Amino acid sequence: MDLTLHVWRQKGPQDKGKLETYPAKNVSPDMSFLEMLDEINDGLIREGKDPIAFDHDCREGICGMCSQVINGRPHGKQEKTTVCQLHMRQYNDGDEIFIEPWRAKAFPIRKDLIVDRTSMDAIMQAGGYVSCHTGGVDDANALLIPKPTADYAMDAAECIGCGACIAACPNSSAMLFTGAKVAQLAALPQGKPEARKRVQEMTQAILDEGFGNCTNHYECEAACPKGISVKFIAKLNREYLKSLMPTST
Amino acid sequence: MILDGKAPTGQVDTSWDRYREDMKLVNPSNKRKYKIIVVGSGLAGGAGAASLGELGYNVDCFCYQDSPRRAHSIGAQGGINAAKNYPSDGDSIYRLFYDTVKGGDFRSREADVWRLAQVSNNIIDQCVAQGVPFARDYAGYLDNRSFGGAQVSRTFYARGQTGQQLLLGAYSALSRQIKNKTVTMYPRREMLDLVVVDGVAKGITVRNLLTGEVESHWGDAIILATGGYVNVFNLSTNAMGSSVTAIWKAVKKGAYMANPCYTQIHPTCIPVHGDAQSKLTLMSESLRNDGRIWVPKNAADCEKHASEIPEADRDYYLERKYPSFGNLAPRDISSRSAKEACDAGLGVGDGKRGVYLDFEDAIKRVGQPMIAERYGNLFDMYEKITDENGYERPMRIYPAPHYNMGGLWVDYECSSNIPGLFVLGEANFSVHGANRLGASALMQGLADGYFVIPYTIAPYLASIKNPGAVKEDHPEFKKSVEDVQAQTDKLLAINGKKTVSELHKELGNIMWENVGMARSKESLTNALKLIPELRDEFWNNVKVSGEGKELNQQLENAGRVADFLEFAEMLAEDALNREESCGGHFRTEHQTDEGEATRDDENFSYVAAWEFKGTGVKPELHKEPLKFERVHLAVRSYK
Repeated sequence: MDLTLHVWRQKGPQDKGKLETYPAKNVSPDMSFLEMLDEINDGLIREGKDPIAFDHDCREGICGMCSQVINGRPHGKQEKTTVCQLHMRQYNDGDEIFIEPWRAKAFPIRKDLIVDRTSMDAIMQAGGYVSCHTGGVDDANALLIPKPTADYAMDAAECIGCGACIAACPNSSAMLFTGAKVAQLAALPQGKPEARKRVQEMTQAILDEGFGNCTNHYECEAACPKGISVKFIAKLNREYLKSLMPTST
Repeated sequence: MILDGKAPTGQVDTSWDRYREDMKLVNPSNKRKYKIIVVGSGLAGGAGAASLGELGYNVDCFCYQDSPRRAHSIGAQGGINAAKNYPSDGDSIYRLFYDTVKGGDFRSREADVWRLAQVSNNIIDQCVAQGVPFARDYAGYLDNRSFGGAQVSRTFYARGQTGQQLLLGAYSALSRQIKNKTVTMYPRREMLDLVVVDGVAKGITVRNLLTGEVESHWGDAIILATGGYVNVFNLSTNAMGSSVTAIWKAVKKGAYMANPCYTQIHPTCIPVHGDAQSKLTLMSESLRNDGRIWVPKNAADCEKHASEIPEADRDYYLERKYPSFGNLAPRDISSRSAKEACDAGLGVGDGKRGVYLDFEDAIKRVGQPMIAERYGNLFDMYEKITDENGYERPMRIYPAPHYNMGGLWVDYECSSNIPGLFVLGEANFSVHGANRLGASALMQGLADGYFVIPYTIAPYLASIKNPGAVKEDHPEFKKSVEDVQAQTDKLLAINGKKTVSELHKELGNIMWENVGMARSKESLTNALKLIPELRDEFWNNVKVSGEGKELNQQLENAGRVADFLEFAEMLAEDALNREESCGGHFRTEHQTDEGEATRDDENFSYVAAWEFKGTGVKPELHKEPLKFERVHLAVRSYK
């Protein structure tokens, strides 16, 4: 099939940037979206032009590196799919495809489709962990965790940290990303001792890094390649509220 | 030269305990005087950096991705082994040790494997404490599944994303240390040189991938945990950025490369389709717990829909050849059997390079919902890539390059032959011998990072009299930056006709055809002729656009492929030297009448450690003899 691509090109952080148009000829339906871009890039290089810069690494939908808004939707039109797992059979001959980077105040553009997501690492560093030492912990089966609890924690833990939720949100809110981690650790007995401190510090980091608040659009869940549920935002709010209550001790 | 692995002598069972009793320590108030550089943030590097930071050392950690959470350990699906024996099915530290030595075809160092088996149990405890949501049963206990090469269920898992969950555990520990300011993270940096001062590793030179700046970083010790090199085959299950570059730069500074020919071709990957394919996708080996592997008995049936082929006309070849392990035969054996079936013209799908992985019986036995609960994400992934429903018709699979057992030579302390340079995880050669069993890579990465290096680095650090004496102002750092800059300028100046990816594909073809699942003197000699020719073409005809001082992904890829083009030759040399078949290394000259590998313990029971002597010059072979005291050398049988 033949397609027309409109791709965001921006030389560097200070450049204004604009959409450029490229024809994509003889695209095989079995190609992944990124393989289609690889072909475009090889063509640009042969012509002596600057290839399109985009983040990608594992190409199996788990590393969270790829980050493209395709026709207005983070990761493109297929539900629960990262760009690298999106295949060209989802498109038809003659389609026009617009490709843009994640857009959020907390994600400055570095070049073309590449953005800086260290703001998400900063949220994790604020408290997205259990403060256990290496070694000196109990036997793994000393702590019984009911299967539904383990499953709930795993549902939250599946987040790949790509940032699609933030790119999709009109407020650029990081509530789903943060909520998933807060919920995972708050559900598990290992995470409970620090639950109060964790939610306070992580929500403060959200504000410090320039992310917006949640106003219940639920665009995040729709865009999430792992289908992380917005119920974890409710859990985040509940944990936050709980952390404001006076403790009994 | 005969190398000494410095494993403790005496009883293997107590070797790690005795080592820890005797080792030198660094006292708490002195730890903060040392700076340690960790390159790589996967299971080995991330866990190592976090643990060393927690102990009080100053750690600088580097990764090429935008975040340490994206290291390719994240791609591991199936699980992690440990000798917990929770199911009471006969497991023990000895049995995990024995299975690993045997699985590696008796080509690993006994004491290192024992230590791995011993600390495997600590890893599970550690991960649970961090909040890793392993699978559990309704009573709340941890669940186990079985994996290839073992007759017990010792694999812990978190759905089909075990690597992701373990990495996020290590990442959380790392994040905690970054907050505590014991670890400084340098993302989007690629190591392009090792700085050696008076024979001792003292720093690294990196390129900042966002700005193109070339930076110097000093450390009292350097730890490389930079993963695997099977992208030398171009198409593999590794991430696009996985490369040999960091360890190859160390080799060029004098570190020995051990057993580079031990590469693992994983049996359950989605077959290749088309020329534009950029990578191969693995599906967890755990699928072999419930899936049955077969090909049609008659070549005439290969084009038919699987459902049209009656039971009597199917050859469940693993069950037939290896009745006691069946579909759970180790990876090297399963892969080679698939290749044999396809070579015999019995393959299915595109180009007849595929075999069936069939869940029909399992669905009849336990129902589709149960299969979906166990492997749902893998069926989804398969459908996205192939547009076929694996519940309704058998999946098609074919082997693909996945992992390397070879890597930089290290002694028992994970120290390379360059003082001050330590190597962890897939980047070293130590525990998997000639073949790695499933669910053992995660175990090794975390063992090295959490429970080995925090101990074994201490004696070296304690021996340094003036920590921090050599810093970035030393002339060796300046020279290293100039060398890196010169290579960048050279790559940009060629302005030839072929793109980096075209040349990488050509290298991949040479390696897959000649140095792949079956190797011979003829094919290896051919590879050793073709690789230097392609390298010459690369340096005369590659086209890299843009500039050095900017974000330039073509330049990054060009540097990686340039290193693969040098390293590939050493890999082929090693394969040519090893006149035996063992594990992932199969020489067609060395097999039984039934096609089973024949090992030569008399002449090849050694680690081959290669010293770089110059590009295009034959490397020098050093040997570390392997002694087996706890296990008896035996022909590896899974029949």
